[in-house]
Amino acid sequence: MPRPKKFRQFRELQEELGRSGAAILEDKAGGEDLIVDSPYSIRYIHSYAEDSPFFLGLAEGKLLGSRCTRRGCGFVFATPRGHCMVCGSPTEWTELPRSGRVHSWTTCHFGSEAFLRETPYNLALVEFDGAGSLLLARLKDCTEADVYVGMPVEARFASPPKYLITDVWFVPAR
Amino acid sequence: MFLVSGGVTKFAKAHPEMDFRLMVKRACDQALAEVPNLTADRIDGTRISYFSDHFTRQLKAASMVQDYLGMNPKGSVRIEWGGATGGECFQAAYEAVASGRMDVCLAAGFETMSRVATWKGNEFIALASDTNYDFPLGGFYTGYYALMVVRHMYEYLRRSKFANVKDEREAQRRAIAEGQRVMSWVSVKNHRNALHNPYAQYPKRLTVDDVLRSEMISYPLTREQICTMSDGAATAILCTEPVARELTDRPVRVTGVGTGTDTMRLADRPFGRVPLYPHERAADYAKLDYPGVHSFRAGRAAGLEAYRMAGLTDPIHQLDFIELHDAYASSEIQTYEDLGLCKYGEGYDFTLSGAPFLKHLEYGLPVPEAGKIPVNPSGGLIACGHPVGATGLMQAVFALWQLQGSVAKHFGDPTLQIANAKRGAIHSHAGTGSAVTVSILERGF
Repeated sequence: MPRPKKFRQFRELQEELGRSGAAILEDKAGGEDLIVDSPYSIRYIHSYAEDSPFFLGLAEGKLLGSRCTRRGCGFVFATPRGHCMVCGSPTEWTELPRSGRVHSWTTCHFGSEAFLRETPYNLALVEFDGAGSLLLARLKDCTEADVYVGMPVEARFASPPKYLITDVWFVPAR
Repeated sequence: MFLVSGGVTKFAKAHPEMDFRLMVKRACDQALAEVPNLTADRIDGTRISYFSDHFTRQLKAASMVQDYLGMNPKGSVRIEWGGATGGECFQAAYEAVASGRMDVCLAAGFETMSRVATWKGNEFIALASDTNYDFPLGGFYTGYYALMVVRHMYEYLRRSKFANVKDEREAQRRAIAEGQRVMSWVSVKNHRNALHNPYAQYPKRLTVDDVLRSEMISYPLTREQICTMSDGAATAILCTEPVARELTDRPVRVTGVGTGTDTMRLADRPFGRVPLYPHERAADYAKLDYPGVHSFRAGRAAGLEAYRMAGLTDPIHQLDFIELHDAYASSEIQTYEDLGLCKYGEGYDFTLSGAPFLKHLEYGLPVPEAGKIPVNPSGGLIACGHPVGATGLMQAVFALWQLQGSVAKHFGDPTLQIANAKRGAIHSHAGTGSAVTVSILERGF
């Protein structure tokens, strides 16, 4: 049997792994390191559980936050949670305004491997009147040159939905 | 509780010739060689840290380290706490000794990030953000840090230095440009310091223009303002005072430990009041909503606890140096404020004063106050690399060598030795600031 191909550069070797599944790296000390391809793919059965109404709401063009049910607290979370972070009481669903303001923002020129094809993309933390916390979302229809902290934005919704947080995004308010 | 020895492998893009067990073994042997009276049988147990099972693709990798080091059947536990994994491991070893459970505890940490391509590595790291609400938007930690620093620049540059600019977009652009320039100073400093640290991954001499012109990763953060993926390991040996006195004539005392936490999601950070250090007043921050997304409340909480325990009331004058978790140049500036080296809002001016630079190095920048409180004399994460589970322990080792006065011996170069360093702090930081540790180390001789 032939031995795996030998390389001196780690970078060159990576392509060989994709082709034949194994390669040898000659390291700086003259040693031979056998390197093998080791793919890994998993299908998770992921439940949104108590957050499900939020994602079902997006499919109906609704932005749902959560409001603390304790009288005297009533904190409104723009990113929903089943129990209040301030007092620990259960929350109830409450519809958020469809418009808000940019609290902070960035343009990503890279991302995780899964998102590299989508670059560049903007992210914004959005603040809403009547809510005490923020929502992180994509910001579209504008570039780095347009965006600023305080910029009014409006929600848009995906149709059909993918039941991901990306079912909602924001655009500059008309 | 005393720190008596430590070891570090060189941090590198990849160490294909060593797996995690061998890396830790090398760092462990280095630590043991420095304290010849400490035979392995006197180590009562270990605390072993690595961040991600995805990177190792070997669950229970800490057991394999324990095994390779020949430490069975002694007690051990794996520590994981995001980016602060190494700092938590250090404190877990401290606690094992402080509780009386052990006389000698070995803290060992590693990460092997080279096993996947860089952008897959970014994905693994971003899985340490909320996978319902944050990850599917891009899965990108640099993006999260960019969101934080854009707000930081808005709060502290737009609203001060550029308060007179009428056009809002223009004012914010100018504030960000100024912020980028100051962040570049941090990058220049840390890369420059690392030229004298043989363990560092990316030592280099850069100009502010080099940093600004490097590739834009997530606006306004450029490549040279961000740490990279690394392979590496580090170890630290903690013990009781009687054992420390027996093992070395240069032990280092751990006088304070602190930890803090904050929400996983940036979007959930509250808008409240600043927990104050003794040298601050509520009136300093009357108009500031805190922490929002601009500051690290966990870092402030960790600093408060550690300083209180160590009896520090004026950190900038009482500390001789800090090894700080500069995964991003932005977070180094934010952390100056969290740790009370300056007030909130003063981080940019503090950087430009030169205070966190080393006194006797040439940076190509005007740094009149250099040497006031050197931050990341080793080069920090930006220049040394960030093999997550090892990083916080690397800081402990570099701090130990500073306090022992042994930088020349260990680095083969005396340049980074801070003269007469008596007390230092190490700072380890997780997530978007969801957990932070601060430990105070002092000369025990």
